[in-house]
Amino acid sequence: VGEMETAPKSGRDVPPKKDKLQTKRRKPRRYWEEETVPTRDGASAGPPCNKKNRELRPQRRKNAHILKKSRISKKPQVPKKPREWKNPESQRSLSGVNPGPGSSPLPRSKAKTRSRLEVAEAEEEETSIKAARSELLLAEEPGFLEGEDGEDTAKICQADIVEAVDIASGAKHFDLNLRQFGPYRLNYSRTGRHLAFGGRRGHVAALDWVTKKLMCEINVMEAVRDIRFLHSEALLAVAQNRWLHIYDNQGIELHCIRRCDRVTRLEFLPFHFLLATASETGFLTYLDVSVGKIVAALNARAGRLDVMSQNPYNAVIHLGHSNGTVSLWSPAMKEPLAKILCHRGGVRAVAVDSTGTYMATSGLDHQLKIFDLRGTYQPLSTRTLPHGAGHLAFSQRGLLVAGMGDVVNIWAGQGKASPPSLEQPYLTHRLSGPVHGLQFCPFEDVLGVGHSGGITSMLVPGAGEPNFDGLESNPYRSRKQRQEWEVKALLEKVPAELICLDPRALAKVDVISLEQGKKERIERLGYDPEAKAPFQPKPKQKGRSSTASLVKRKRKVMDEEHRDKVRQSLQQQQQRHKEVKAKSTGAWPSALDRFVR
Amino acid sequence: MKVKMLSRNPDNYVRETKLDLQRVPRNYDPTLHPFEVPREYVRALNATKLERVFAKPFLASLDGHRDGVNCLAKHPKNLATVLSGACDGEVRIWNLTQRNCIRTVQAHEGFVRGICTRFCGTSFFTVGDDKTVKQWKMDGPGYGEEEEPLHTILGKTVYTGIDHHWKEAVFATCGQQVDIWDEQRTNPICSMTWGFDSISSVKFNPVETFLLGSCASDRNIVLYDMRQATPLKKVILDMRTNTICWNPMEAFIFTAANEDYNLYTFDMRALDTPVMVHMDHVSAVLDVDYCPTGKEFVSASFDKSIRIFPVDKSRSREVYHTKRMQHVICVKWTSDSKYIMCGSDEMNIRLWKANASEKLGVLTSREKAAKDYNQKLKEKFQHYPHIKRIARHRHLPKSIYSQIQEQRIMKEARRRKEVNRIKHSKPGSVPIVSEKKKHIVAVVK
Repeated sequence: VGEMETAPKSGRDVPPKKDKLQTKRRKPRRYWEEETVPTRDGASAGPPCNKKNRELRPQRRKNAHILKKSRISKKPQVPKKPREWKNPESQRSLSGVNPGPGSSPLPRSKAKTRSRLEVAEAEEEETSIKAARSELLLAEEPGFLEGEDGEDTAKICQADIVEAVDIASGAKHFDLNLRQFGPYRLNYSRTGRHLAFGGRRGHVAALDWVTKKLMCEINVMEAVRDIRFLHSEALLAVAQNRWLHIYDNQGIELHCIRRCDRVTRLEFLPFHFLLATASETGFLTYLDVSVGKIVAALNARAGRLDVMSQNPYNAVIHLGHSNGTVSLWSPAMKEPLAKILCHRGGVRAVAVDSTGTYMATSGLDHQLKIFDLRGTYQPLSTRTLPHGAGHLAFSQRGLLVAGMGDVVNIWAGQGKASPPSLEQPYLTHRLSGPVHGLQFCPFEDVLGVGHSGGITSMLVPGAGEPNFDGLESNPYRSRKQRQEWEVKALLEKVPAELICLDPRALAKVDVISLEQGKKERIERLGYDPEAKAPFQPKPKQKGRSSTASLVKRKRKVMDEEHRDKVRQSLQQQQQRHKEVKAKSTGAWPSALDRFVR
Repeated sequence: MKVKMLSRNPDNYVRETKLDLQRVPRNYDPTLHPFEVPREYVRALNATKLERVFAKPFLASLDGHRDGVNCLAKHPKNLATVLSGACDGEVRIWNLTQRNCIRTVQAHEGFVRGICTRFCGTSFFTVGDDKTVKQWKMDGPGYGEEEEPLHTILGKTVYTGIDHHWKEAVFATCGQQVDIWDEQRTNPICSMTWGFDSISSVKFNPVETFLLGSCASDRNIVLYDMRQATPLKKVILDMRTNTICWNPMEAFIFTAANEDYNLYTFDMRALDTPVMVHMDHVSAVLDVDYCPTGKEFVSASFDKSIRIFPVDKSRSREVYHTKRMQHVICVKWTSDSKYIMCGSDEMNIRLWKANASEKLGVLTSREKAAKDYNQKLKEKFQHYPHIKRIARHRHLPKSIYSQIQEQRIMKEARRRKEVNRIKHSKPGSVPIVSEKKKHIVAVVK
């Protein structure tokens, strides 16, 4: 359906399904199928019709089919695909008129569901191939930085990069010297076009950083703890010393939200229109900015919260605590979805990459760890840093930046989907003051750093996604386009209850309630309507079916079914045995094995 | 040192002049489109809600008859022309685009029992309570001419229904027997009976054109082959069938509108079990007509509503009613499959959209794309409880609503009794009869 399902996954070299279809062997004709020719006068062989069950068959054929199936059931019955219609014999319609395309209205629910699923699968395959093809149409190439024969890229300084690149890119490196207003927090808007920053001494400003056009500059006369753009660049949330305030792009205060007090960190979930705030009082509060209501206020029961980040893949909020754990939160649950013990001391910073696969954490134990978030929550790589990292951020293409004192280090991975390797930094840079805020600019090769000396915009080749999607976040959008997008985005605001660890969970089959419904139905009706009817042999030709032979046939089918069942259970048993063996053939069993399930 | 930075030329992303369309580069990378399932779900929910908001199916009411409308016929060649016969013997021809009556004929004394058009569209036939079959020209009489039928056949008994062959100059009437007539003769070329009861309707099969089906008041449905002198086979149901309609796409499928509030779709090769029992009406079903695509049909009922059923579903997908519409006697699905007409007791013919929320008129390509996308989304998420509830919700008049509740209670009581009976008798002694088989008394060949 539409553009959302076009995940380009391994679609390029999938063999077309049709080949398989054509090579399928035709079934040998049975003697009883002779009679399938309609005996009516008006019936004549017509042009091939692509229907499965349009043909006028005598009722016997169906039973014969069942009989045949049950006779040859040598192996456990795998649901056969309804491919009979390739058989030219069955392509005969009553009058020779092709009744047109479409599925048959005859209720053969299971076959129909199966064929529908097949169609859906084929469609999905096609769209994934199409999506993979459309990669050719992407216009831009990502940036890169390579040292010549063994030159360490970390040694390359910003001035060299600025000298080497074109003027327009060079202009993206700048420093804002704002020493008197203290360390700065900063935030880029979702399109990467606008930058907002707020200093400890109350200085708040927003600007179009590409053209360096100032949108607003105010002093809120209060300490600014964090700053965040809401869904568009027109709204700005500022966590001030006491309360949370929302300003527009003119710097006019629109709201003062007193229910969110002493907020330390802000995160905005753009698809849910939720502003998550972590406060000194230990509460994680979700504010729905489209209607202005507080959706959930969760008590993390872990003291002051000042480490927070969101997982952009599933909108789960990650909170770092002083006992070394990172807890994962959703507004639908009062308890954390998961708790991960990451560090010996407290957690200082958390960041999650854009695919939601890796989480980087740094703690008071001076360690930087990268965790796998795909179910295992195990550290993939660890590195001890001399001072420990106070701030972490991932770029769109998977670069990891850590701010350590007045130095930022950037690590790169092999590609977009691989974790950054922590051995050699990709780039380093020393700033004029200790780092207080970090963010990669979306869709640009730029890293914004807020520090006590102001704001620094660094060039990091290869950080940003080169090709944006015009309907999702377009840096070049006009006012009209932004308004249009805003309406659309509000219309498809995802309800807060749908936030969970697996964002695709909604598409999964609800087996539990299905089985429950089935059970209830059986109870209500007093019998199982879908139960397989016991085999009843049909009388054969006249004189051929004595009672004894009927009983014998019945017996035979029953025995065969029984044997099938036994065979299946044996197979399962063997498989289980194998699994157990495979487990036990490791090293010597240790005393701790008893705790492994 | 080799370095390349992302540097976009704004000219490639911004339109040149205000007259151009905005440039929208696309990137289908899934990480740029997170939450695809929840977002699609919300879109599907919105689409379903909008569908209910825009569901305004009633288009027009054609008034002019001075008695209840008893029968309707479509023009085979002209989508805008509709014929209707009333209980006072008047036949009117309507223009649907102008929504007015273009011709009035006083055809019979007493009821017009049946009306059908010839396959070429030049003339039409009516039968009435005055024991006559009349053929009329489709065009009105010239200036100064009398309004007269082309032919009149005087019969011995009352004719209750008529249908014309789809390809040849042959028509069939029913009354006490099924008569097959050649248009040129005044005597039937063939008369067929099976039992001695009055037959209420006869229909030619549109695909297998020699086949006919009829239903009689002794509760049976009889199938005939025109080339044989005797009927083919019949099926006896619990209660009387009012009319049948053949599926225009599948030669051997037909649907019967029954007095027991149900409709039965039969496969004529296996009459002992209906393919589907369609239940939703709360009173006798009086008429049924298929969509030209053969995937759906519409039924008219004595409970003052019409319902649209998919052929393979036992429950209706749509119910139409208005405050003023009384017992609906006849219903037709137009040949372009977009509209439904129904004639009712209170002398009106009503025109409905077949798809209640459809936008009429020409769609722009973007509208069409959006419609298709929404349709697919609705299809994909149709089984989600919240969406299902909204899509299924219909407002019903109080009479129908309370009837449904009452019948639900009755059905539940019957079912409970059945379950108890099975529970307390010897296992296997009380057979479990499926709903499909329950209503079939016998099949006779």
